[in-house]
Amino acid sequence: MDFKSSDTITGPRTEDHLPLTAQAAAKIVIVGGFGVGKTTMVGSVSEIKPLTTEETMTQAGIGVDDNYGSKSKTATTVAMDFGRISITDQLVLYLFGTPGQERFWFLWNGLFEGALGAVVLVDTRRLEVSFDVMGRLEERGVPFVVAVNDFPDAPRYTLDELRQALDLAEEIPIVRCDARRRASSRDVLMTLMSFLHSLTMSAAST
Amino acid sequence: MIPPQRRRRHPTQEPPPPPPLKLEGPKDGEGERPPERLYILTGEDGERAPIDLVTLIVARADPPRSAAPEQSALLRLCQSPLSVAEISAYLNLPISVVTVLLTELLTAELVQARAPVIRQARADRSLLEAVMHGLQKL
Ligand SMILES: Nc1nc2c(ncn2[C@@H]2O[C@H](COP(=O)(O)OP(=O)(O)OP(=O)(O)O)[C@@H](O)[C@H]2O)c(=O)[nH]1
Ligand SMILES: [Mg+2]
Repeated sequence: MDFKSSDTITGPRTEDHLPLTAQAAAKIVIVGGFGVGKTTMVGSVSEIKPLTTEETMTQAGIGVDDNYGSKSKTATTVAMDFGRISITDQLVLYLFGTPGQERFWFLWNGLFEGALGAVVLVDTRRLEVSFDVMGRLEERGVPFVVAVNDFPDAPRYTLDELRQALDLAEEIPIVRCDARRRASSRDVLMTLMSFLHSLTMSAAST
Repeated sequence: MIPPQRRRRHPTQEPPPPPPLKLEGPKDGEGERPPERLYILTGEDGERAPIDLVTLIVARADPPRSAAPEQSALLRLCQSPLSVAEISAYLNLPISVVTVLLTELLTAELVQARAPVIRQARADRSLLEAVMHGLQKL
């Protein structure tokens, strides 16, 4: 374990300390394929510089089979970025960016449990990368919204075409975003929150 | 251009089976421990409160002389509330290790844990409204 000796540990900057009144935190998960903009989105809305927490896993654990059976067990580190938004003096919101590919689902143990909801970031260059993750969220009953990043070299589909391709239930919001822009990322989170809010309304009326 | 096509799925009644978590090949016999998990849920016997990634931890005391360096470092970090995920990031230790440290510190009553707000069957509308209000100010 590469524990740094305690005098080298840098904790949060003074301005990043949460007040003692902070009573509880909630989490939201931003999930998507490689390079889709997860870290960018976390960073653009976070009040702290995004942090990284890591887990180690072995090759077998990530389902890489080319090394299967080899004698040396290679450990791979998987990083998860996260950021933070203070909502009030009592309430803090955390955003976790996590890879959507199936072999990383071990990271999900507990991650989605209790999460208020998720943002599925999709890249129209590799739309199918998000299929499995959306299926899993549906199976687990984790509410999500879809945000489509516009990359300059990506094929342009209308949101209707994407809704069809993703077979989204009609109530699930799908929006375009530019994860690099704070306002745009904030709007995505807002879309998720009002979607969650609408779910509580429909649950109340049944 | 036609995009690839997905088929929607539906909630499963039972919680989905845990992902394949075996670290070793199937022949590993006894002594095999489950691999590090993202964070512990309460033991099967339910004796311990689960520690979530966003459980807020606050130190209740200064590090005792007997504390291990990791524990002292953790206690110093948590002078103000800090999530488990942040502790992991600042200490540069995996969540699973932080969870072990915290379990010890909780047992010794050296830290206080503030439980997260979690999604429930019936979500808390006023919570969501507070979050939306907070986001608007961003
Ligand atoms: N045009 C455009 N570029 C973006 C957008 N979001 C992210 N990018 C760029 O895409 C690249 C990858 O973004 P990241 O945030 O690192 O993506 P990620 O999902 O965290 O990637 P991994 O963690 O490596 O899987 C960066 O160069 C970003 O600047 C977007 O909305 N529009
Ligand atoms: Mg990233």
